Amino acid sequence: MHPYIPHTDEEIKQMLHTIGVQHLDDLYKDVPVTIKDLRIPEGLDEFTVVSLLKSLADKNKVIEKSKIFMGAGIYAHYIPQVVKAMASRPEFVTAYTPYQAEVSQGTLQALFEYQTMICELTGMEVANSSMYDGASALAEAILMAHRINEKHKILVSKAIHPEYVQTSHTYASAQKLFFKQIPLDNSGRTDLQILKESVDDDTCAVVIQYPNFFGVIEDLKAIKENIKDVVFIVVAEPFALSVLEPPAVFGADIVVGDGQPLGISMNYGGPTVGFLATLEKHVRKMPGRLIGETKDIEGNTGYVMILQTREQHIRREKATSNICTNHALMAVTNAIFMSTMGPDGLREVAKRSYSNAHYLADRMKEKGFNLLFDGPFFNEFAVRFTRDYDSKWRKIFEHGVLGPLPLGWYFEEYRDCGLACATEVNTKQSIDEFVELLGCGEL
Amino acid sequence: MTVFEKSTTGRMGFRLPKSDIEEREFDFPTHLTRQKPLNLPELSEPDVVRHYTELAGKNYSVDKGFYPLGSCTMKYNPKVNEYTASLEGFTEIHPYQPWEFTQGSLKLMFELKEALCEITGMDEMTLQPAAGAHGELTGMLIARAYHLSRNDTKRHIALVPDSAHGTNPASAAMAGFDVIELKSTEDGLVDLEELKRYLNEEVAVLMLTNPNTLGLFEKDIIKIAQIVHDVGALLYYDGANLNAIMGRVRPGDTGFDIVHLNLHKTFSAPHGMGGPGSGPVGVKKFLAEFLPIPVIRKENEVYYPDFNLPKSIGRTRSFYGNFSVLVKAYTYILTMGKDGLTHASRMAVLNANYLRILISRFLKIASPRICMHEFVVDGSDFVKQTNVKILDVAKRLLDYGVHAPTVYFPLIVHEDMMIEPTETESKDTLDRFAKILETIIEESKTNPELVKNAPYRTPVRRLDDVTATKKPIYRWKK
Repeated sequence: MHPYIPHTDEEIKQMLHTIGVQHLDDLYKDVPVTIKDLRIPEGLDEFTVVSLLKSLADKNKVIEKSKIFMGAGIYAHYIPQVVKAMASRPEFVTAYTPYQAEVSQGTLQALFEYQTMICELTGMEVANSSMYDGASALAEAILMAHRINEKHKILVSKAIHPEYVQTSHTYASAQKLFFKQIPLDNSGRTDLQILKESVDDDTCAVVIQYPNFFGVIEDLKAIKENIKDVVFIVVAEPFALSVLEPPAVFGADIVVGDGQPLGISMNYGGPTVGFLATLEKHVRKMPGRLIGETKDIEGNTGYVMILQTREQHIRREKATSNICTNHALMAVTNAIFMSTMGPDGLREVAKRSYSNAHYLADRMKEKGFNLLFDGPFFNEFAVRFTRDYDSKWRKIFEHGVLGPLPLGWYFEEYRDCGLACATEVNTKQSIDEFVELLGCGEL
Repeated sequence: MTVFEKSTTGRMGFRLPKSDIEEREFDFPTHLTRQKPLNLPELSEPDVVRHYTELAGKNYSVDKGFYPLGSCTMKYNPKVNEYTASLEGFTEIHPYQPWEFTQGSLKLMFELKEALCEITGMDEMTLQPAAGAHGELTGMLIARAYHLSRNDTKRHIALVPDSAHGTNPASAAMAGFDVIELKSTEDGLVDLEELKRYLNEEVAVLMLTNPNTLGLFEKDIIKIAQIVHDVGALLYYDGANLNAIMGRVRPGDTGFDIVHLNLHKTFSAPHGMGGPGSGPVGVKKFLAEFLPIPVIRKENEVYYPDFNLPKSIGRTRSFYGNFSVLVKAYTYILTMGKDGLTHASRMAVLNANYLRILISRFLKIASPRICMHEFVVDGSDFVKQTNVKILDVAKRLLDYGVHAPTVYFPLIVHEDMMIEPTETESKDTLDRFAKILETIIEESKTNPELVKNAPYRTPVRRLDDVTATKKPIYRWKK
């Protein structure tokens, strides 16, 4: 007997009898045998499996949270236990897509509330109920922009997360879209003059990150003034949105980002969740599931999936996207986290992150490490180290510290630079020790 | 009541530790500093627990009962998987940590990939895609890259059977192909003559689900693969229905060139209200150079991500994929082993056939043949007789405490129900479900209004989704 499979020999016999066949193999008459013996081990009991998995987990080096000075898309934050406890309820974990709305009101209401919270953070009018991650959300936003105006040129700031750009290139590779990178000015913001000159009649969209990949806060107002009416896509970080003016105020058409900072563990990069928000006038061009409020036949408030004629199960090859499975559980995790934190909790964490990051920057400057850019930043900033920062970074790691991301991985011209990050999990002691380590000659 | 209406100004469910670092005021330019107040709910921790416990109580789930959604493989989600995926050594790892210090995660991914290649008969695999449809897009972009690499630029067509999941044509279109829908035979199988009519040097790929969405195995698959390959096209396998055939037939051995899997279906990772899932893509050796970066490799007992694939289609998302879903699938494969996986498929097929026979006593089955892991009920005669719709039957099932099967899919059968019991359900559960369904069929004859107005015992009654779409309310407002 197997713990997950209930059939006794007697039951199998009875069932075969009901079906009217003799042997299990009779059910596979149409199916050729191409393999007799899979080359994978025999099954194991739970206790052995757990010890095998633990030994694998132990082969990873867990860095103490306060000693993580890297962000670059995945951030170390505190996650209250209540968030994990609620998000791991089996009624959420083991439910499917809410196709039968009457027995999925928990899912539907939680996602409706999530959509509302994302609208609040971004200032936008409509948010969908989740994408896979920030990178694929941006890629989908670019395809959506093309559906809106049918133009072909995508202007992408140099300060967009490189993996987001790579993902967008892959998604757009089969479409007739062309990407042009817009360089940065000395402050680390997207160069307004070049941006302005790059906008032409065939420009579909402009993509700006807020704060940008190098941590600098872009002036969305000035950008909007220079791009006429092309689709304005903003990639945003949710904690920053709790203290910055939301992109909607500056005329953004689509706001996307990754919800990992809002209560989701780093998980080696996944699963996180992508958010995608837009204006009502664009809603029919939008990818992904939308939840709406309605009434039942007795007049009670309830929630259902709406505008499904955009989606693949109805529209097939003419759908706005192929997305079906999304990241609902992670979206609900975001909602639980935001409910726990409230606006003040988000702001407190944002302020603590900001204060810690600026303290870290000041301490680094004292040690002679200069910031790459002089624009205002939130919780990340680029800093100049030595000629080959990557090898220094590896040595730092051997001291149990996850140092700033070596920017040379993605930008040849920044081989001597790192992208530093501090959040509320870093402490004065951990920052001071890290800065001392950086200044130490042997690195 | 929404969480916003439960809010009281000044409450918070969170407290930060004290800090020795002086708090600073933001120095952002004034026009970039938030002026618009952020309206999020303000709750205490117990408020949060009560709200989400209330919502949880309004959900049906696999842990609660039978969930026979066809094509979704709602099998039991083992608890040990949740535990292993929550180990700190997996959850507290930044994806940019040096790979020399993430050997546990990389080894897990490498071994998972090896096991999945063995189960499917493929040579190389990416674990990056986040879902089945994401895997389809990845696989179709690989097909495109392959043809283009041979300067074979005429191939703009993807052939997709009319019985396929909607994601197939949608993914093919996103990958730049013109989609041609192939009419199926009455059993929903590929019509060889129809296929031959469309096969030419403009066809890039044929996408197939096998067993198909009617739960039938394409018995001519070897022949199909041959004629597809003869015109230089590739054969794509949608792994949605792999749960029927593990340990017996491997897609790769029957001529498929590209395979995507759904770890949240076949390999027991939970569905999470719609995700996260994981959609690995396996390919034959001649396509391996087109896989997304990075590919996980092993050299001298060291595991590493290989980014050096000049012909790669690129990235299809950030980082490595849905790693914690991978941990669950890996745990499942270790637990089941080759014997358990094979047994799971056989019991899934046994359950489907047993339930098919029970239901055939009072409803028409779309195909009289022996099915694989699922089958389709053709309700058109029933609807004619009773004037009760299959949707009504589905809603009435909810009153009896079971989840309804997939309805109105596949599109080639009208007023249909697609039923997939999975191997983790017992004979008792199937007997009970068949009884309930029979009762509802009786009710439809004797008291049709009762069924048409169902459900009654659910947290809400039947919902008005027409108005919800006509006059959409996208968010909560005061």
